[in-house]
Amino acid sequence: MAEKRIKVVISKVGLDGHDRGAKVVASLLKEAGMEVVYLGMYQMPEDIVRAAIDEDADVIGVSFLSGEHLTFTPKLVEEIRSKGLDDVLFIAGGVIPPEDVPVLKEMGVDEVFVAGTLTKPIVDYIRANVRK
Amino acid sequence: MPVAPEEAASRVIEGDRRICARLMTLLEEGDGAAKEVMKLLYPHTGKAVTVGVTGGTGSGKSTLVDRLIQAFRERGLKVGAVVVDPSSPFSGGAFLGDRLRMQRHSRDQGVFIRSMASRGYLGGLARATSETIRVMEAMGMEVVLVETIGAGQDEVDVIQVAQTCLVVIAPGSGDEIQALKAGLMEIGHVFVINKSDLDGALQALRAVEAALSLKGMPEGLWRPVVVSTVATEGRGIDELVRAILAHREHLERGEGMERARSQRVEHELGLIFRDELERIVFRGLKGTGMKKRYIQDIMDGRTDPYSVIEEILGIFVKKRPSPWR
Repeated sequence: MAEKRIKVVISKVGLDGHDRGAKVVASLLKEAGMEVVYLGMYQMPEDIVRAAIDEDADVIGVSFLSGEHLTFTPKLVEEIRSKGLDDVLFIAGGVIPPEDVPVLKEMGVDEVFVAGTLTKPIVDYIRANVRK
Repeated sequence: MPVAPEEAASRVIEGDRRICARLMTLLEEGDGAAKEVMKLLYPHTGKAVTVGVTGGTGSGKSTLVDRLIQAFRERGLKVGAVVVDPSSPFSGGAFLGDRLRMQRHSRDQGVFIRSMASRGYLGGLARATSETIRVMEAMGMEVVLVETIGAGQDEVDVIQVAQTCLVVIAPGSGDEIQALKAGLMEIGHVFVINKSDLDGALQALRAVEAALSLKGMPEGLWRPVVVSTVATEGRGIDELVRAILAHREHLERGEGMERARSQRVEHELGLIFRDELERIVFRGLKGTGMKKRYIQDIMDGRTDPYSVIEEILGIFVKKRPSPWR
């Protein structure tokens, strides 16, 4: 009967009001057979992590556009770690300058997908790295 | 399950959110270990006020659930919500968009919201919805709200798992004839005319009231109530909560509560029975190539589905003397 399905929480963070990219990614992951809980805009790190806990999410995906990625990423990583969600994949995406990608990974993001990424690499990355 | 059933169960009862959430996932997957935990939790369940929220797509169910969470929290009650959205019949994936209307409760320890994909299960709920409600009860939630997928006329399973059923209707969603049809209109204890600031709200209210007035109403039965709301602004929510609590009191006064509880158990028994039977049969058939052969035989006209199932059940279900005679 029922099988294992990958569950993903997708969210915007802070005051960034550009949600098109997040919705597109959420739809693409749905089409790839994943269950996507979409949180929308204006979420703070605590809100996103609480949703991931209650939903037993395998993946947290956060979309950035307005240059807040360097501010919010450390807060998100701290919240994820302090709540013990070490087995949850944390991925970031959106309009992120290439030089910031290694910085975000250093901060603790598992993978970064910048604007222009095709669907397949995102889906393949999640499938290969999600907790089993 | 990452821990033994006994420890998992006691952590659920203590309200450990991560264990509760993991248990819900395992129940969705039909995991055997989850069943062992449920056996231990079962005596700790069944006490919450359970409220189903159903109605058409876009009628405002999620926003109403958000307002109801707030209203019950203001009354000091712990609130759980199970919100169901459809799975894609093509990819099996789902876009679960109900929680987003309820995110303001995300810092409140007294609230537990769980999104669920229907995974092809019909009737407006998911297979594991009733079990998820039980987990929420075991973790101490005093009110559990259940939001159906919201497709339309026939998603009436919610009546089996919730004591009080709200049917949400937005103006402009049909005339009195729609209201007279079987299905949704028959399961509501409280009808909610939401978005009642829109044109057509009064007509919708009249249509529902007219349809309800035609219903036969034997003495002592609950007469459905109609409440107008504007969920986005919180209007009408107090009246709605009063109607829900009045229905609960009505159930407790008569035999209604007993009936609601027995309905819920019967529903669960049916689900578990079908699952277990299917599991036993398919485990037995697995790897034997029999399933394929049966299908081919049916297609070639050598047999038919009825005879095949009788034959399979004859193999896997041993005839034992009935213990009830």
